[in-house]
Amino acid sequence: MPDQTFKLNGKTVTVDTDDDVRLLWVIRDLLGVTGPKYGCGINVCKACTSHYNGKAFNPCSVQVKDIKPEDEITTIEGLADTVEGDGLHPMQDAWLKYDVGQCGYCQPGQIMAAVAKVRQCQAEGREVDDSAIEEIRNMCRCGTYNRIREAIKDGAQNM
Amino acid sequence: MPAHRAGTTTQLDPVEKSGTGRSPVNRRRFLGYLIAAPTLVVAAEMARETVWPESSPWASVANAAALPSPPQTPEYYEFVDSYRDACRPTNALLKVEVNKDGTVSFALPRSDNGQGIQTSFAMIIAEEIGCDPANVKVTLADARPELLFNQLTGGSSSTYSLYTPVRVAAAIAKGALLEAAAQQLGQDKRTLTVAGQTVVDTTGKAIGFGDLTTLAASPVTKAVDVVLKPREQFKVIGKPRNKDDQYAIVTGQKKFAMDLQIPDALPTMICRAPDLNGFPKKGDPSNIDEVRNMPGVEGVARIGNGWAVRARTFGQCIDAVNALQVNWNAGTLAGKSDADVVKQLRAAELPLAVPAVPGKTIEQDFVHYSRNGSALETNCAIVSFKNGKAEVWAPAKSPISGQKIAAQKLGIPQNAVDFHVIPGGGSFGRRLFNDSIQEAAEAAKAFGKPVKLMWDRANDCRQGRVKPLCTTRVRAVLTDDAVASFELRYTGVGMEVDEGLTDVLTSQLIKAPGGNLGVSETFWEISVLTPYNFGVNTRFMNEVNMGFNTGSTRNVYGPDTCTAREVMIDKIAERLKKDPMKFRTEFIKTERARRVLERVAKEADWGKSMEPGTAQGIGFHQEYKAVMACIVELDARPETVNRPIVKGKTGPRVTKLTFVVDPGLLINPNGYKAQMMGGINDGIANALTAGLHFDNGHFLEASWDNYYYTRQWNTPPEINIIVLEDSESPEPAGAGEAGVAAAMSATVNGWRRATGQEPTYTPLLHKDPLPFEPYPTIPPIPPSPTNSLEFLY
Ligand code: FES
Ligand code: FES
Repeated sequence: MPDQTFKLNGKTVTVDTDDDVRLLWVIRDLLGVTGPKYGCGINVCKACTSHYNGKAFNPCSVQVKDIKPEDEITTIEGLADTVEGDGLHPMQDAWLKYDVGQCGYCQPGQIMAAVAKVRQCQAEGREVDDSAIEEIRNMCRCGTYNRIREAIKDGAQNM
Repeated sequence: MPAHRAGTTTQLDPVEKSGTGRSPVNRRRFLGYLIAAPTLVVAAEMARETVWPESSPWASVANAAALPSPPQTPEYYEFVDSYRDACRPTNALLKVEVNKDGTVSFALPRSDNGQGIQTSFAMIIAEEIGCDPANVKVTLADARPELLFNQLTGGSSSTYSLYTPVRVAAAIAKGALLEAAAQQLGQDKRTLTVAGQTVVDTTGKAIGFGDLTTLAASPVTKAVDVVLKPREQFKVIGKPRNKDDQYAIVTGQKKFAMDLQIPDALPTMICRAPDLNGFPKKGDPSNIDEVRNMPGVEGVARIGNGWAVRARTFGQCIDAVNALQVNWNAGTLAGKSDADVVKQLRAAELPLAVPAVPGKTIEQDFVHYSRNGSALETNCAIVSFKNGKAEVWAPAKSPISGQKIAAQKLGIPQNAVDFHVIPGGGSFGRRLFNDSIQEAAEAAKAFGKPVKLMWDRANDCRQGRVKPLCTTRVRAVLTDDAVASFELRYTGVGMEVDEGLTDVLTSQLIKAPGGNLGVSETFWEISVLTPYNFGVNTRFMNEVNMGFNTGSTRNVYGPDTCTAREVMIDKIAERLKKDPMKFRTEFIKTERARRVLERVAKEADWGKSMEPGTAQGIGFHQEYKAVMACIVELDARPETVNRPIVKGKTGPRVTKLTFVVDPGLLINPNGYKAQMMGGINDGIANALTAGLHFDNGHFLEASWDNYYYTRQWNTPPEINIIVLEDSESPEPAGAGEAGVAAAMSATVNGWRRATGQEPTYTPLLHKDPLPFEPYPTIPPIPPSPTNSLEFLY
């Protein structure tokens, strides 16, 4: 089996597994990093949303061979370290402020999606408004959508 | 007092009225136990407790025109009462403990799947003791068979059933701590107070709980009685508090069952049949050896209704499951489709009793299509089985039955199974059943190795339990200005009830009027209510077992029957030429309900002028001791209906939603509001988009882009949830399922008024052309794409 090497939450990791194993399983089952969740495996529910070189992607739908050694994968566990200081990422703080999570299963993916969406809006000079938020496909079966909307708008202010 | 009340074993206490008009159950003395233990351990016994006093806010207020309807069971005894009664004998086995580090702990015999009950019970205990809720550690208890009925989570009953017993235990703990401190400080107990996790005297001298707990420990178990803190003095209860695991959630540290690292528990998935409940023909899959040699695969074995694959990663399980060439037997509904099911139900519908009077009668008929019961976390469980002993880790709402099932499958005694209840990634009814625990136990036995068993999404949707298809019929006969009779009939595919809940209901059957009802009929009798004065008021149900996998899904009979009733009420109001809100306030039975209706009308500006193609809609519901009203503004204009969302279901949209709930005694406003929000998003989905299509023996939906639960583009951009904080009702109402029905019915009414069309089925968009290409059923799991890097943002 080939060695697969990439950067995960700031550290270089190497795993011995087949090329076509989807990255989600490499992260969860082989590396034991369990923040990104399985909710469908077909790029629909977005519970696994993480960052690939700072942009949102879905590791359930990427083969591990397509990740290069210099690629930075960030999961929810590594998000706080992408900002200055000892605290959390402003989006995580906003999530706490609005008491968003219910079961919490979707929330790692929601937060990672929200951060990427805000960065995208900022890069494009768009406002983080309802229509931008409605581009986020992440499923929340507990129905926390309305608090998510408030938290994203609030978190965006501090990003 | 209604006559059939005498049938219950519940003794009734006289209830005094306080100046506020509340019924202060807290003036009475309660009995509990100090348990013989090295540190302070307290148990609660609830010998006597009030159910609904005659003088309660539920008491009926008749309107001049309305023809009073006799009381229906849920008005004085509903499911949550039944469940609370079933728990009474074992409440003394619940223990609040004070630890040597000064914290207080309580192993909650319920399951938290996002409802936030761990947080609210920490608040309840902290309130009674007078300490900081952050220092009260509420965990989920392992399965404890000695608790009998008292370890079941469902029917929004958790807080209602345990609120008082847990308070009693906490109050006794406080008393013991004060007593121990009094001796240490040489002071009168009555001069001492609790501050933080310490007891302090008037001079400011303090002793920590940690130092007191050994001193307060009781060498023998003895009965103690206490008076609970009066509601007027509450400082923690009623104040908003964040869910206790929010930090763990936002940092990814919260561990769900599949996140646990149990030695050698490898990913395991099941290859399932194309048909609902199909199963493999005898003999091995033709390519079993090839599959056993696939990368990562550690084992392939026949279990239950399929073939289990155990592998290094779930991804490799999926590949192996899809590679297996299995010959399948037909399923339980081979060749059948929704139309066949509806036909069979129609034939089973019970007659309406009051004859139709020409010109005075309105009739209504609905089909409510099946709804998917999946949570976002699919069905899952870990089972480790070694040397005749087993350990189970699973999100389970009925863990005692789960433990029993695992033991049976493994062929060991129930007490050889340690069953750990893990917080679930949502439940909505699914986790009342132990399907995945049974399968994991079978797989662990077949492989002789620990398994981490998880369902794939497609089969969670297609083979997992659903809220089954049903029909509702309503007939109302009117006088010139009132309703002479209102009859509701529900006919559904059999709603399965888990073994644990069956035991609870069976134990309580004798208490329901009418005596020996079946389990479903009992649940119906104690949960479904027509809360209006409509003269002759009947409600009956009939179920037909057809071979579906079913279960409640965020409420049992409530949302569909409420929708049938509330839509009919709009029609009656129109016929009587009354405003639908005014009509409701005139005919609603109780003052408590009227207040909620009037408040929602005011907050939502009911009756304001709306653009053509848009309209307001009302829904009202009363269940779980809560009273709820909802007003939506629904936009059915083409530009909204046809707004483009790739692979998303759009359609009419609720653009604004106002929701008022009287929650009884409010424990945590944040948590209660969150549960209403979730229920509202369910209600909107139920009304508009979320339905399953059963076709040729299987469900077509296999993903969240097929089964349209509410997404960001469906949820109301504007939402206002008002949780009343001055309820007259003395006890905490249910929350988890409560919000769904009012929101669903308001949305259907809004759609009816906006489009001018008569709805005949829900979800309202169910018969639109199928907006997706169904995934094939073979291979059973849609393969994972490889192109996510092309869609970065
Ligand atoms: S698990 Fe990756 S999108 Fe659903
Ligand atoms: S919080 Fe439970 S799925 Fe979103």
